[in-house]
Amino acid sequence: MLQDMQLENIVGEYKEAILNLYGSTPRKIYYTEIETPYPDGKLIVSTTDKAGIITHVNQSFVEMSGYREEELINAPHSILRHPDMPSVAFKDLWDTVNKGEKWQGIVKNLRKDGGYYWVKATVIPNIRNGQVVGYTSVRRKPSRTKVNECIQLYPTLF
Amino acid sequence: MSYTFTVSPDFSPNYLAGWYIFNTWLQIQTGEAIHLELYDDFQAQRTAIQANQIDLIYANPFDAAMLVREKGFLPLVKAEGISDEAIIAVNANNPVEDVAQLPTGIRVAVTEDPDVHMIGMIMLEVGDLDASNIQTCFCNNHILIVKNLIQDKADVGIFLAKAFDDLSNLTKKQLKILVRSQISVIHHSLMIGPKLAERQTEIQALLLSMNNDDKGKNVLNSLGFNAWAKVEDEEMEFMIDLMDTLII
Repeated sequence: MLQDMQLENIVGEYKEAILNLYGSTPRKIYYTEIETPYPDGKLIVSTTDKAGIITHVNQSFVEMSGYREEELINAPHSILRHPDMPSVAFKDLWDTVNKGEKWQGIVKNLRKDGGYYWVKATVIPNIRNGQVVGYTSVRRKPSRTKVNECIQLYPTLF
Repeated sequence: MSYTFTVSPDFSPNYLAGWYIFNTWLQIQTGEAIHLELYDDFQAQRTAIQANQIDLIYANPFDAAMLVREKGFLPLVKAEGISDEAIIAVNANNPVEDVAQLPTGIRVAVTEDPDVHMIGMIMLEVGDLDASNIQTCFCNNHILIVKNLIQDKADVGIFLAKAFDDLSNLTKKQLKILVRSQISVIHHSLMIGPKLAERQTEIQALLLSMNNDDKGKNVLNSLGFNAWAKVEDEEMEFMIDLMDTLII
């Protein structure tokens, strides 16, 4: 279960929101307008179990999210959920991977300090012996053109 | 019974002799007749794999999914501390400082090495570049990429990072790196085919202890690294899933 964000971790002027996450109690979050640029040449990699609980993160995930690895392992992946992301995007993600297919999209992620970072995310189901055992998500640097398109599009999807 | 060993065609020519020496070492250690067959290109190698002619392979990660999931190969080891990374470089006189500034229509020089090509293309995506809006010039080796950049016959080169790093300082001064990947988890792997599958653990152990004696160390040095590291089945599955997310 996700805990509310802690005000002492927030850097800069912030707004407050309540996120109603699937399978979780409402989560109070704080968010700012401070963007962390995606580092060149790096991939953010994580795996989750079938329920979306994080089982593995790489160092880039830790650095970009602002959380410690031990805070991320066993946490729901929705710990990164930003209030500017429409829930329809995540419904599409789950509908796609549940069919055993690859999902791609541009996602705005929420950092522990309330800031955000944009990624191009790809999620695939991990199939072992014919069974889905979890999901791998790989994020890479998106083009600014694609990000700007999403900045225009996402507010229309609420 | 004789077995066939092959090496991903992107190996550096500097290590050609090393692979023959390693093959001899492998035959002595396993007591099996193993023939080293080297292919000029990836397509020829894949044709041989499809025809079940390969029993051992030092495989490009791009081919790992096909080897494991279609042909029943199992992972053995990887070169310790070595991962496949790519570099995007331009002529040093090119005013561009960032991939995002590269215009469409540019000429991109690249080798046939599929994972380096893939990583390079991912880094070019940041500039809204993809196969549909660039001109791809395939080169037989990284030296020809350098030549194309210096002679202004290509605007951008995609290099295996190690190949770029091994260029002379004089050559590197004529080039400018725009971006270097730092992925860490994509690597070549030595893999074993179904005919030798029951000897996976035994051969893995032989390889992992190879750096424990001088003879083994010398063989490893002739391949350009110091030791093998074990690749677990799940680690290979993880890399295959990762590659799957990256293939555009």
